[in-house]
Amino acid sequence: MRGRSQRFGDVALSLGTGLAAVLVLLIVAVILGDVIYHGAPRMTLAFLTQAPREGMTAGGIFPAIFGTVALVVLMTLAVLPAGVATAIYLSEYANPSARLTRLVRVAVNNLAGVPSIVFGLFGLGFFVQFVGAGIDRAFYGGERVFGQPALVWAALTMAVLTLPVVIVATEEALAAVPRELRLASAALGASRLQTIVRVVLPQALPGILTGAILAISRGAGEVAPILFTGVAYYLPKLPTSLHDQFMQLGYHVYVLSTQSPDVDATRPILYATVLVLLLLTFALNATAVVVRSKMRRRFAGAAS
Amino acid sequence: MQKVQIESVGNQTRNQSILKIITQGLAIVTVLLAPLAAAAGEITVKGSDTMVILGQRWAEEYMRVHPKATVQVTGGGSGTGISALINGTTEICQASRPMSAAEKEKLRDRYATIGVEIPVARDGLSVYVNESNPLTEITMDQLKLIFTGKVTNWKELGGPDAKIVVYSRENSSGTYVFFKEHVLKNADYTVRAQSMPGTAAVVNAVAKEKFGIGYGGAAYAKGIKVLKVKKDSESAAITPDEAHVKDGTYPLSRPLFFYLRNKPTGDVGAFVEWVLSAAGQAIVTKVGYYPLK
Amino acid sequence: MTPRSEQPTTRRPEQAILVGLAPPTRSTLAGSGSLPVETSDPKNHRRAERPRLASRRPRFHALAEAAIRVLAFSSIAAIILIFVFIGKEAWPLLHDSAIGKEVTLAKMWFAQQWPGYDAPEHVWQPVSEIPKYAVWPLVVGTLKVTLIAMLFAVPLGVGAALFVSQYAGRRLREIIKPTVELLAGVPSVVLGFFALMVMATWLQQALGLDSRLNALVAGVALSFAIIPVIFTVSEEAFGAVPRSYVEASTALGAARWQTIVRVVIPAAGPGVAAGIALGLGRAVGETMIVLMASGNAAILSVSPADSVRTVSATIAAELAEVVFGGAHYTVLFFLGVLLFGFTLATNLLGEFAIGRMRRRLGGMA
Repeated sequence: MRGRSQRFGDVALSLGTGLAAVLVLLIVAVILGDVIYHGAPRMTLAFLTQAPREGMTAGGIFPAIFGTVALVVLMTLAVLPAGVATAIYLSEYANPSARLTRLVRVAVNNLAGVPSIVFGLFGLGFFVQFVGAGIDRAFYGGERVFGQPALVWAALTMAVLTLPVVIVATEEALAAVPRELRLASAALGASRLQTIVRVVLPQALPGILTGAILAISRGAGEVAPILFTGVAYYLPKLPTSLHDQFMQLGYHVYVLSTQSPDVDATRPILYATVLVLLLLTFALNATAVVVRSKMRRRFAGAAS
Repeated sequence: MQKVQIESVGNQTRNQSILKIITQGLAIVTVLLAPLAAAAGEITVKGSDTMVILGQRWAEEYMRVHPKATVQVTGGGSGTGISALINGTTEICQASRPMSAAEKEKLRDRYATIGVEIPVARDGLSVYVNESNPLTEITMDQLKLIFTGKVTNWKELGGPDAKIVVYSRENSSGTYVFFKEHVLKNADYTVRAQSMPGTAAVVNAVAKEKFGIGYGGAAYAKGIKVLKVKKDSESAAITPDEAHVKDGTYPLSRPLFFYLRNKPTGDVGAFVEWVLSAAGQAIVTKVGYYPLK
Repeated sequence: MTPRSEQPTTRRPEQAILVGLAPPTRSTLAGSGSLPVETSDPKNHRRAERPRLASRRPRFHALAEAAIRVLAFSSIAAIILIFVFIGKEAWPLLHDSAIGKEVTLAKMWFAQQWPGYDAPEHVWQPVSEIPKYAVWPLVVGTLKVTLIAMLFAVPLGVGAALFVSQYAGRRLREIIKPTVELLAGVPSVVLGFFALMVMATWLQQALGLDSRLNALVAGVALSFAIIPVIFTVSEEAFGAVPRSYVEASTALGAARWQTIVRVVIPAAGPGVAAGIALGLGRAVGETMIVLMASGNAAILSVSPADSVRTVSATIAAELAEVVFGGAHYTVLFFLGVLLFGFTLATNLLGEFAIGRMRRRLGGMA
């Protein structure tokens, strides 16, 4: 009797949890299937390289791709130094039990949990209204140049958003560098900074890259933080300076699905844009996974 | 000291060269992005979502004829455009409603001008229902009752026994304000009205929603049914077509405006002149709105 | 192990878990725990190298190290700046008399008798003759959508995590885990798009709902965004339950499922709770999905078939239009403060839960 009831419990539990797993798989399959089925036919080279025409009912999405790339490049330039430096401090310099160190960790963790729309508010209140307007007052005699939504402010807002991603990935990479390397370097008379720059950082580079790629993937997909800090509905020319506005893939998806002049005519374009955005973020994530597993394997090999 | 013989020296130097390539790549991109000078002759147009398709077509065509000019069009709503005009972030504001006294006051406070108002096209604000809806006409009073939430079932208007699903616009929209003033007589929309971020979203929703009703520019009316509107139960039901919009007999006809801080001159002046010319007005018809004359 | 060398190893997983809610960042407890960790005493180290440092380019070194130290506080600076600058823009709501004529905290939180209305009501109509800024419809809407999302995401996320950690074979695990990572990588605007264009129609046809866009559609779409968060953290928590627990239970004659229900789940409980707390924080703050799929009508009701307007979607939809510094602008920043405060609270709660789990497992092991 007991055996049967036990088997029943196992069957029920494994079926129940298995069902949950299957449902999750199904959700992903349905979303991807729908987007690929409707989006793939429209995905042509012309689509990727042309600007939108006829009020977005024809043409391509090149300006949105360009804007997305410009945004994440600037973001990366801003977030990498800050993120890597924080990680170096936490894992190489700081005393792990000091109150200040703990405070930094709490800040990093909480920064990761702040909603993206709040970053948007912050970007508007701080970068655009405070820093931007301040620059205008100081250098442009009050004329509006930087004191309005712009590429640079959107990029900096996104950099704050992705800061925890870079910090965590870098810290993990630094922790994975074998201690013997540091000791060997120190034994040869290298200073701590020299050890970090010449020995630890090159070793940790793949991990730092992983962090950068994950940050880029996040930055490429987020829309809420740039709504008020620089993205534009339609621009006839590409952004050429830091204080220009820009188009972006995620926002383009939002605009096409809610504000396009002719819903039926734009549906194929909309699906293809979603597909491009998905492919971009998936490719970035996959690269990060590959780089990270390579790094793990290398250290696993070195340790044994 | 990087010559220390440890087993992963190979990796290390390779990684250093990767690092070098990355920093160089980033440097090149920065240089490409860096030029800080804004291009001359750039005209920025911002505002009404109703007019965004119009502004965009104007921009496309104008830049085709005048390759040196750059016209940059963004939407966001008439309120957004007017704020931008006041904040100094746009040269031309597109608006589907007149500027309010409060807005003019703000403009005067900053620039000692109440701005220049230029009507550039006409629109017949249309009432959309699903194609399967048996209704063909509606009075202004009925519209008010529906959008303020006093009437909630199509049965009360002689339609099927089904709840009315009300679609409205976000409150940044000039169309939202125009409809509120002219149809609701400044009463509040029902809280059940769903706010759509753009006219297209309203059209899309009504096209898919059997018992939906919404409003928006005439140019967007595709895949849905446009109701004829009666001023009151006695008067004739009128379609928002060109003749009735132009002579003002359609109760919800409205002008669409450009607003500027000062009289347009130079590049901006040339653009505005072109918009009002036969070539510019031809595009109005093409997009689905109605020309001034 | 000395206490000092133990600290970093135990701290790291917590951090990995917490940042796991920024979707693509995750590291397994086992993975990072097993890696060697540098734990030399920083003070001794530095004292030993100081003479050399002085003989080489000391100024450059000092400068670089100072830069590292300064940059290291960028996260703290960011948190403080976010708080200060959002608070600064919301502050006039409390004391500015011009704004006070249009809106006060009392008017926002208590039902008001507005002209043209039959009874005192909570109304969100910021663009009106008399602007009305009642926040309850938004708060209730946010909680409603969040609750619906949690009702879907918790069973699916925790269930799938349990399946992967307890039942799935290696091959199955290698299908499920990357798929969930894939879902984590889907930008929220894409989920919003899918809900708006596809799912809304399906759900309306299947359930015969009055309106296409409603709390249910938005909630289900929102659950897709938080399933990966809950799954990842839960899976790490289940994986962190010591083998000895399971072995002891089995040795006492417990069946597999008894071990899971009585031993594994209780031991991993705080970790799972942390995952749920993080998912909750994410759900409350998520913007694009609800902006696109909820219909955005500020109705004060509990019905999941009604359209809702959430706090985050309200900010996204209205901020672009308002005149900077006006009453409406101030109120929207106040909503931002509410969101920020709530997610900080859920984050700290999650952190607390993980700390508890570690202490419990550590104490018993």
